[in-house]
Amino acid sequence: MTVVAHELKASYAFIERNFFLTRRYWGWELAFLVYSVAGALSISLIGADQGSPTLLLTLMVGAIFWNYLSVVFSWIAETISVERWEGTLEYTMMAPIRRSSQLLGSVLYAMVYGLVHTTVILIALILFFPQVDLSGADPVTAVAFMLLGSFSFVGIGMIAAILPLLYVERGAQMTFVLQSCLLLVSGVYYSVDILPGWMQVLSHLSPATYVLHGVRAGLIDGAPVSAVLGDVWPLIVMGAVLIPFGLWAFGRAERYAKRTGKLKRVG
Amino acid sequence: MTATLTPELKNGSAGRTLLPELDRLASRSTMPALLIEDVSKRFVVGRKRKPVTAISHVSMRLERGDIHGILGANGSGKSTLIRLISGLLTLDEGRLEVFGHDIERDEMAVKRLINRVSVDAAFFKKLSPMENLLFAARLYGLDGGKAKRDTLEILARLGISAKRVGRPIEQMSRGMQQKVSIARALLTSPALLLLDEPTTGLDPRSKLDVQSFIEELRSTHDATIVLTTHDLAEAERLCGRITILNDGRVVAEDTPEGLMTLTGKRLGRRATLEDVFMTYTGRSLDDDVDEDEAESED
Repeated sequence: MTVVAHELKASYAFIERNFFLTRRYWGWELAFLVYSVAGALSISLIGADQGSPTLLLTLMVGAIFWNYLSVVFSWIAETISVERWEGTLEYTMMAPIRRSSQLLGSVLYAMVYGLVHTTVILIALILFFPQVDLSGADPVTAVAFMLLGSFSFVGIGMIAAILPLLYVERGAQMTFVLQSCLLLVSGVYYSVDILPGWMQVLSHLSPATYVLHGVRAGLIDGAPVSAVLGDVWPLIVMGAVLIPFGLWAFGRAERYAKRTGKLKRVG
Repeated sequence: MTATLTPELKNGSAGRTLLPELDRLASRSTMPALLIEDVSKRFVVGRKRKPVTAISHVSMRLERGDIHGILGANGSGKSTLIRLISGLLTLDEGRLEVFGHDIERDEMAVKRLINRVSVDAAFFKKLSPMENLLFAARLYGLDGGKAKRDTLEILARLGISAKRVGRPIEQMSRGMQQKVSIARALLTSPALLLLDEPTTGLDPRSKLDVQSFIEELRSTHDATIVLTTHDLAEAERLCGRITILNDGRVVAEDTPEGLMTLTGKRLGRRATLEDVFMTYTGRSLDDDVDEDEAESED
């Protein structure tokens, strides 16, 4: 068997296992979905309450696309913490596979899961707000930014996944804090212009800022991708830098964990 | 020293040869299954960052087909040594080779040759044995269909029927979970199998089942086995040679009979393996069991 085929099989192992986990935890999945739909509706209702179609659409886009990005981020960032929690981390780390194959499997499943999850929310919002007019929207722009944003978030997710390797007790909490900070500075439900100056600097470092700006331009203003290239290139740069950096950093973190004995099951 | 192949293995009548490469490697007369040379491992613990030596200048050599026991009190370094062989810890000093592959330079080749059963049967608890084992099999490059067939076959030999393999593993007893853990390791046909207290906490029936299966492995399977255990009768029954660790150091190594003879001469009477354990570790087996129970209560 070629090395590539072996590694692809390993990647598929993670996709299949995560699917099995989703299926077995169907009750939690349903609860999480209901919570997400209710959250998106609640936030969007603020726009309806204000009688502003633009505000309603702005909030809907924020709710839908933040859900997608955060779901992708969570699945990747929890690659290690889930295994640590279940006690299987040492067995997975012993297997003859490259870490890139493991992360590729986690990433692919995260993107498919995120798409399914977000589609359900999108359908719920469309049914709930039939008055929303998307006739002038450019869906190509929205899809393009969603894909570009996925790659950037994959890179951040890989870096976040390192935290449970380095910090046995607190790593999972740290990834949650990181996700919360991204939500705060990325202009998910408001313009980043209203943030304090130092937070606006941070907002430029978050890929979600560019994704949401681009998607809103496409869906609300009908702008084509060519009209929002200023939001495209930061995402390309972030993806090109963060993914290789994430892989490199993951390898370093694994080496550190093996040197200090942090792969061992705790709790 | 020559590689010790049993006559059955040499003429191929003792079951399947797992990895053809191993036959080639074993034909080199000096190729041990596992070579540990002067290995040390320290950890930095506590706020004062004081280094603690877990393994100190340990050397061992296992030939193909051996079942080698490692005995020692709690904290003697048994599990650390298993983790070093598994590649889950890096070496601070020394050299470790599995069938001639250096664990640091040729990590992937070593990983393909080994598997491990630990004291805690670590699984995704909501997933079934089949789902857990399918995941493990794919990580080792096995075909899904073959993995499913082999899983059913191995689990059946361990006394787990096909109707149990689809239910969540959390619904199984600890003994059954440990059998699934052994099946997971065997599924990948490891040339070197690391058994880290595989029968600890099992009821007598389950313990006998697992021990019988290890004996079956010795007679029908072309695997080398490292076994750590607190069960001295188990060590005497299964192991061809035994190494005793104390405070991370090798304090004795011989056949069970050799160790008992040597200790018997010291004591001036016929010695048991428990006498050997007490002589070389300075504590009785009951001390260890009490400590285990105290730790679990904490």
